[in-house]
Amino acid sequence: MSNLFRAADATSGISGPPSMAEYAADRIFRSIAIASAFIIILLVAYILWEIGQKAMPAVAEYGLGFITGTTWNVSKGEFSVLPEIWGTLYSSLLALLLGGVFGISIAIFLTQDFIHHRMATIFRTVVEMLAAIPSVVYGLWGIYVLIPLLKPLAGWLHDTLGWFPLFGTDLAGPGMAPAALVLAIMILPTVAAISVDAFRRIPYKVKEAAYGMGTTRWEAILKVMLPTASSGILAALVLGFGRALGETMALAMLIGNSNQISMSLFSPANTLASLLASNFPEAGQVEVQALMYAALVLLAITFLVNVAGLAIQQYTVRKFEGKK
Amino acid sequence: MNATAEALFVAEPFQAAGDVVIDCNVNKIFYGDFLAVRDSTVPIEKKKITGFIGPSGCGKSTVLRSLNRMNDLISVFRFEGSVMYHGQDIYAKKVDPVVVRRYIGMVFQQPNPFSMSIFDNVAFGLRLNRYKGNIEERVEKALKRAALWKEVKDKLKNSGLSLSGGQQQRLCIARAIATEPDVLLMDEPCSALDPIATRQVEELMLELKENYTVALVTHNMQQATRVADTTAFFSVDISQGGRTGYLVEMGPTRQIFEAPREKLTKEYISGEFS
Repeated sequence: MSNLFRAADATSGISGPPSMAEYAADRIFRSIAIASAFIIILLVAYILWEIGQKAMPAVAEYGLGFITGTTWNVSKGEFSVLPEIWGTLYSSLLALLLGGVFGISIAIFLTQDFIHHRMATIFRTVVEMLAAIPSVVYGLWGIYVLIPLLKPLAGWLHDTLGWFPLFGTDLAGPGMAPAALVLAIMILPTVAAISVDAFRRIPYKVKEAAYGMGTTRWEAILKVMLPTASSGILAALVLGFGRALGETMALAMLIGNSNQISMSLFSPANTLASLLASNFPEAGQVEVQALMYAALVLLAITFLVNVAGLAIQQYTVRKFEGKK
Repeated sequence: MNATAEALFVAEPFQAAGDVVIDCNVNKIFYGDFLAVRDSTVPIEKKKITGFIGPSGCGKSTVLRSLNRMNDLISVFRFEGSVMYHGQDIYAKKVDPVVVRRYIGMVFQQPNPFSMSIFDNVAFGLRLNRYKGNIEERVEKALKRAALWKEVKDKLKNSGLSLSGGQQQRLCIARAIATEPDVLLMDEPCSALDPIATRQVEELMLELKENYTVALVTHNMQQATRVADTTAFFSVDISQGGRTGYLVEMGPTRQIFEAPREKLTKEYISGEFS
């Protein structure tokens, strides 16, 4: 390669071609990067294949009835997971609604000059510490603090507004409401932290443009900052929702593990992840196959949610930011 | 200290021939403890273009941004003096800066369209002011005035950010003039543009002054001679140990460039300024 320049006698000065060792290092790093990327893909493929393999007998046996039926009876050998699919989506949507509104509000509060920059950093660290609390601790907190707190309120709501589907039953102990509330707190740091980053990425000139048009602070935030940050906020919501769908331990402790479909916030329910966690330890061979099928369903749901979320996010990027 | 304070140069106040829309009397402008601008009287005449020129750090942008209280976004900013607008000091306590900015619009150095459609960008101010009339008509009118209509009329739903730099700047001008503000402040609006886009924006400014009052900060002295009716020359005072900007001379553009009264002005416009 250096012959190229020797002909032109370009040997003056201190410029020179990279050494063979440098070229070799370049190649090695590239190989490592490519290998790492492939290993990830292989790992995902392997896990899918393995679960699919183990679930195959159940898939063949129950077919689509598995996701439309409502019984899980080991002694009769009847397995289906519609209530769990419902519980998974319902609890996650409730959590996303609560955690999303709360998380975005926190992000606005921390980035739009409501408090001093240093205070905002401290505040943000505290919010992110929520993510460091183990799931099982949330579960215990839910059982010993949240459920006793919710009981009187739930009782009152059921007594006075019992005709309303959301309050159709009383809270006897574990149930949808405490599970969704804890789930909301658990996804809060994810939503808040990523939304904060989305707001921070907005260039100062956008803020200037908004105030230069004569917006009040709220108009600037709602009409300019939020749309500008929308693709980042959507990413935050997708990640938060993904986390809510897969959350296991706290839900297994709080949701009541009851095989039923109800709109009521106070009735016990079940989720796919919680079903897996609570049934695996004592499952026989046939039930394990059914559980593997359930795991496959959970994987499919999270996969679809992520793809759909990404698609919506890309759409907003194109629409608002004009990127191809 | 007192001796130098007495020797401080203060420009002779410029007597405007026509109506003055904004009468800006800067006593002192601070950023925290830093004295950024002192003693500058800058009257902005109605339906004329007033150019602000001077070296970097002379405070010309700071003064311009004081005219619609944009500097209030900076928490340590402090203004001493008065900015009389239709007989009202916009720095009076009871005045809400939001209201000031609705009447005195601004175009910035960097194009800063919102991440929304071209149409929504121009309609932003109209909707903000709860305009009841025909928004489409107003948007079209503003885009035509900003010399952008032909290029974007078939893609009004596309994002404002999908346009080129020069188009984005004209979009920002359209956004600023859609609500027909009384005064338009332009802070180096062409510094991020190529010569062709610059020429378009300059032509636009000359058209705008038929209806609006324009105050323009520019780094480009040729631009000032091309478009400004009146020119204010600012300089930096380093005698106090700080870097304080102040007005050196203000007058009709021809006079400033052809027969400057002050030595500093003469040196600057002939390029002798270090």
